[in-house]
Amino acid sequence: MKRRSLFLNSTAAFGFIFLYAPIISLIIYSFNESKLVTVWGGWSVKWYGELFQNDQIMDAAFLSLKIAFISATLAVVLGTMAGFALSRMGRFRGKLLFSGWVSAPLVMPEVITGLSLLLLFVALENAFGWPAGRGEMTVIIAHTTFCLAYVAVIVQSRLVVLDDTLEEAAMDLGAKPSTLFFLVTLPLISPAIIAGWLLSFTLSLDDLVIASFVSGPGDSTLPMVIFSKVRLGVTPEVNALATLMIAIVAVGVIFAMLYMRKQNKMLAAAQEG
Amino acid sequence: MSSLSGNVWLSGFSTWKARFISLRNISWGRLSVISVPYLWLAVFFFIPFLVVFKISLSESAIAVPPYTDLLDFDMEEAYLNIKLNLGNYLYLWEDSFYFDAYISSIKIAAVSTFFTLLVGFPIAYLIARSDDKYRGILLALVILPFWTSFLLRVYAWVGLLKKQGLVNEVLMSMGIINEPLTMLQTDFAVYIGIVYTYLPFMILPLYSALEKMDISLLEAAEDLGARPIQSFFMVTVPLAMPGIIAGCMLVFIPAVGEYVIPALLGGSDTLMIGRVLWDEFSLNRDWPMASAVATVMLVFLVLPIMLIRNKSGKEEGM
Amino acid sequence: MNASEIKSTITGVANPVNTELPLWKQPDATPFVRIENITKKFDDFTAVDNVSLNIYKKELFCLLGGSGSGKSTLLRMLAGFENPTSGRIIIDGVDMEGIQPWNRPINMMFQSYALFPHLSVADNIAFGLKRQGASKHDVKTRVAEMLDMVQLGHLGKRKPHQLSGGQRQRVALARSLVKRPKLLLLDEPLGALDKKLREETQFEIMNLQEDLGVTFVVVTHDQEEAMTLATRIGVMNQGLIVQTDEPHDVYEYPSSRFVAEFIGSVNLFEGFVTEDNVDSVRIESKEAGCPLFVAHGISCAPQQRVHVALRPEKINMTRIKPAQDDNCLKGEIIEIAYMGSLSVYRVRLQSGKEIRVTQPNFARDMGERFTWNEHVFLSWDVDSSVVLTS
Repeated sequence: MKRRSLFLNSTAAFGFIFLYAPIISLIIYSFNESKLVTVWGGWSVKWYGELFQNDQIMDAAFLSLKIAFISATLAVVLGTMAGFALSRMGRFRGKLLFSGWVSAPLVMPEVITGLSLLLLFVALENAFGWPAGRGEMTVIIAHTTFCLAYVAVIVQSRLVVLDDTLEEAAMDLGAKPSTLFFLVTLPLISPAIIAGWLLSFTLSLDDLVIASFVSGPGDSTLPMVIFSKVRLGVTPEVNALATLMIAIVAVGVIFAMLYMRKQNKMLAAAQEG
Repeated sequence: MSSLSGNVWLSGFSTWKARFISLRNISWGRLSVISVPYLWLAVFFFIPFLVVFKISLSESAIAVPPYTDLLDFDMEEAYLNIKLNLGNYLYLWEDSFYFDAYISSIKIAAVSTFFTLLVGFPIAYLIARSDDKYRGILLALVILPFWTSFLLRVYAWVGLLKKQGLVNEVLMSMGIINEPLTMLQTDFAVYIGIVYTYLPFMILPLYSALEKMDISLLEAAEDLGARPIQSFFMVTVPLAMPGIIAGCMLVFIPAVGEYVIPALLGGSDTLMIGRVLWDEFSLNRDWPMASAVATVMLVFLVLPIMLIRNKSGKEEGM
Repeated sequence: MNASEIKSTITGVANPVNTELPLWKQPDATPFVRIENITKKFDDFTAVDNVSLNIYKKELFCLLGGSGSGKSTLLRMLAGFENPTSGRIIIDGVDMEGIQPWNRPINMMFQSYALFPHLSVADNIAFGLKRQGASKHDVKTRVAEMLDMVQLGHLGKRKPHQLSGGQRQRVALARSLVKRPKLLLLDEPLGALDKKLREETQFEIMNLQEDLGVTFVVVTHDQEEAMTLATRIGVMNQGLIVQTDEPHDVYEYPSSRFVAEFIGSVNLFEGFVTEDNVDSVRIESKEAGCPLFVAHGISCAPQQRVHVALRPEKINMTRIKPAQDDNCLKGEIIEIAYMGSLSVYRVRLQSGKEIRVTQPNFARDMGERFTWNEHVFLSWDVDSSVVLTS
């Protein structure tokens, strides 16, 4: 018995080291004084300074944050609607097709999604003159489309677990469908919506392939800039950038998890009681 | 005769009336909740595939956009000319480069999926069997890397795997190797990259399958004379099968179309179809060819997988 | 295949006609399972506290107790899923220390049944046989025998989730018996069944055990189940076995207040001994309001505080004062529950103590029934009550 758990523990420990070693090495090397990334030249924060003076990276970062914010918000609205349509609206014509479309972006290779959207935008521009050229807007549309799918799946799974007697109780107490949604259902699925927004935000911020297809020449997103830099090898500024992004994400995710834990506990207590 | 047609007309009228009434009963809220995301996906997800298919049938041209039109309307002769060009598909079929790229993508994705399963299973098992109080933390530790940038996580391996990288340094200082190994820009690095970045996708479905498993089933197996290793293969693995299948799908499918990992970690000879498509599109500017590659990928990789998934999902639902 | 044939296939012994005393009453009989000073601690919680117990061949021994009493831990130590912190378990002369569950000559029927959901009923039953490397032919015939025995011959190909609760229980039973274990452990075997099915299955398990001659150890929290099934009952509380006796004795002669209250319902009168004879005691109780005379001797200090336990069905309720001074109380009916075969009354004594009385409904119409607020006399025989010193 003992030996078996030792084997299990050591493989799992190895797994966790495997998960975290690259990230930790990235963080450590971002404080490296030396320009040569392989040589340790002592602790320094100078690459963080250089990072903030690099206009190309800073511009791309702001563009990416803006795109991520807008497309995450759009995706949450559309994705929540889609999740609702699939789990609370009963049967409607074309439901099977719709559920296929909702789940397909999750398995679609990014190169295909990117190429197909680009070709659509080009064809639309030829036919209707809209969208005129490609850039911020086309990236937002593309990101909204694939993030929508993630939000829909998360919201749907939350709605499936949710006890519908809570909603029935609200209706029994006189809530109309719209009141019901905003006063009962929305607060109950808020953890799913928050999770969906955060996921969409990170997915959008992270996307390289689709953005590369559908963005215009002047509008390089942050991953596109990073990619063009790291193709040439390791650069200390990117290490610094990575460390900052990891720190922000870690803090954000921990807060979100704590919040959702509280919400889940509340809900579990309500449903048990 | 006239009475008959009158009846037909009447019954037709009553169905129209019924339809009108049912239309009036439709809640506009319901209609918009369904139709807005429906239309969005139709326009920005479904129609693009039709466009891809259409362009795959055209020819590459030096123009903006760089392809010929399928419909060519000749004003002078009022003559509609439809040019279907199957040349791209023929070329795909004839040139072994594309075929090799498909096969190589599938091979790389399959091998990495297998190793992801191998690494992910013990972790998922440990988390599922751990105390309630540690379980949340361990799960969070698995999920956390997933939230950090995919691109940066792949990039981190560049620093680890290169000639003067950390892995070589450590191995040499431990005396395991004398000379630095060439790991970067090989298929090996691609395997590492895929296993690393997709590990959470494997662990989570495995965990949820293992967590559901009643521990008394293992005790029952032992009670009936099965050694731990036997009960693992005869009870745990079959019961975790839905999780294993789901996890493998979640790793295999995106891995086949992967672009970033082979581009950053793979060598120039690492053939993957996502990379071929990208190069066809951006380097060769052959949009019709890229479209043909995408269409074939869609039909032979994505569609079968979605059908299998749909089918297994339905069976599980029963 | 009839019952006696099955028995000979499983035990390999012919039908012994046993008119002697049961084994546990023979002083020189060798116990089949010897549990010697077993203690099990989880961190600083003692689940099983220095328990010693002998179980004899062909017994159907019930461990009865509430949740957390340690009964399941004791069972799991027999199966080998938990290792005792100290003490020994000897089964059929073999010390079980260090013997892994898969090597023990013991099988267990789990509370949840633990049927493998991915295997058919037949494969579930065959699982244990295949592990011991039985030939294909053997496996097939044995599985068919077991399926016939539990009357599920036609359902071998089904998956567990396609069966009803009662059918699953039978499959679990068949699976645990197919390897002909020396000892079968049953963890709450009837807990998941509804009441009617439970009664039927109780008798089936008893018949099966009698036919097969396998030694059974059953864990249950249900006193009725223990009473019907068991040859002997071990009552557990807080990691200790507080009484081991035949069902009748556990009910009629509980050794402590805990046992008296845990099994059946009981009225307890607190008092002290005023007259201590060899074969009887007289007890003065303020709660009762009259002297209580009990026809058995006890060993206790003079003036010691004791409890007299009296089962509700032993009480005789009348409107006219019976001709006895001892064991005769006066009270007022404050509540009546008609339960069909019997009626339950709550009677408040003059001391304010409330007594539970059950009276069988002999006839459909029993003349004038007792009614609320009626004043009644309660009396009982001198050998109907028990004195409890602990």
